[in-house]
Amino acid sequence: MNAETPIVRPPIAMLAELTHRCPLSCPYCSNPVELARVDSELSTETWKDVFRQAADLGVLQLHLSGGEPASRRDLEDLVCAARDAGLYTNLITSGIGLSEKRLRALDEAGLDHVQLSLQGTTPEMADEIGGYNGGFKRKMQVAEWIGAIGFPLTLNAVLHRRNLHQLPRALEMAVEMGARRIEVATVQFHGWALKNRGALMPTMEQAREADRIVTEARARLKGTLVIDYVPADYHSDYPKRCMGGWGSTGLNVAPDGKVLPCHAAESIPHLSFDNVADRPLADIWYRGAAFNAYRGTDWMQEPCRSCARKTVDFGGCRCQAMAVVGDPDATDPVCVKSPHHGALQAQAAAHSVSDAPLVHRAVPARRQTEPTG
Amino acid sequence: MEPAAIPYLPRGVRLHRDRVREAWVLLAPERAIMLDEIGHAVLTEIDGARSFSEITAALAAKYDAPQDEIAGDCAGLLGALRARRFLEVRE
Ligand code: SF4
Ligand code: SF4
Repeated sequence: MNAETPIVRPPIAMLAELTHRCPLSCPYCSNPVELARVDSELSTETWKDVFRQAADLGVLQLHLSGGEPASRRDLEDLVCAARDAGLYTNLITSGIGLSEKRLRALDEAGLDHVQLSLQGTTPEMADEIGGYNGGFKRKMQVAEWIGAIGFPLTLNAVLHRRNLHQLPRALEMAVEMGARRIEVATVQFHGWALKNRGALMPTMEQAREADRIVTEARARLKGTLVIDYVPADYHSDYPKRCMGGWGSTGLNVAPDGKVLPCHAAESIPHLSFDNVADRPLADIWYRGAAFNAYRGTDWMQEPCRSCARKTVDFGGCRCQAMAVVGDPDATDPVCVKSPHHGALQAQAAAHSVSDAPLVHRAVPARRQTEPTG
Repeated sequence: MEPAAIPYLPRGVRLHRDRVREAWVLLAPERAIMLDEIGHAVLTEIDGARSFSEITAALAAKYDAPQDEIAGDCAGLLGALRARRFLEVRE
């Protein structure tokens, strides 16, 4: 360790990917292309222990995610254990798999907040994107139950070339549902979305129009609806700060117990990941090789190394540098200072007029497939 | 904030003692707001029954400070929380 090694503070948030199973098959799913097998999922007791370890480590916010977390029959039990451990519990769901009865049980268990995803504002759009017939109708029913029980609600609208024109309606729906907050998230190209750049890349005009709509709506809906906005990545001049800085505020636990600095980190081949089954969570956070790989600014190359913004965006997304440039240590190619920025913009322009079909995500395998040959 | 307005924390927003950082935090959807001593003092006065002016009067007495000074300090914090819908008011 050298003098520039950053002081590592406790994490604030943990994303628990309880399962990669999901009734939907969104083409931009952030789950890895190599989905965790169903029989590798952590047991109820192990998850409970991980939640207690997380709270002891300093985690305050627990995001229960997937896949679809409602695909776990023990979700209610897990929420209860997380609350007992002292964590704020947020359920990130498509709504599919939740009944009124289950929602009431989740209320009873102490669930703090629900984040409901929106694939589109019409049944045609939503069901095509989600790859699940009747999904939209069901989701609207679930939204009603959520409102009746009184859970604080965030609507999470994922937008791309095919549905960006529905943004104004998505904002209206959030208000109608009584959501306090909406996340307007333009697709980020990781996981399955990388396979769908041609099908989903917004045009530059769409990206600018979305900026305009969000600015106008923020002023108009002040005090009614909080709008958090993730703009189109490839159409920006500077990259996004990754997870608030690699290994600085949050961690992810995959369905099989692997602990990741971010949901896409497995796309970086040289990293190796610890598992909660082998090592205490605190030890993984403070001393795990994957977490220390990109902490702080020491690992940086030029132009990041001598850039004034290096502690603002930490050089952007490592997984994006890997995916686009083939080097996880490189400057995020979204950045205007990256030598690959021009090529990325040209690619984005080409993708935005492509007629590539949607590739829906796959279904996790039930059990280990027998080796062939 | 109007003196007669009654502030309250809506469902999903709660005070939490962070034993790792040895501090009070306000937990809200997707946010954890670290509170200093003043922030904590203000938020513990919010009970959904008393008005903003009653709260600032109580704090003024407790800290032996002028009420309008306290009201000014509180308005900043509570206004910011309200903008994120982490605090609601009944008029
Ligand atoms: S050069 Fe690196 S640090 Fe500077 S703005 Fe670009 S990505 Fe961020
Ligand atoms: S680099 Fe950061 S934001 Fe990007 S996918 Fe990886 S961890 Fe997430």
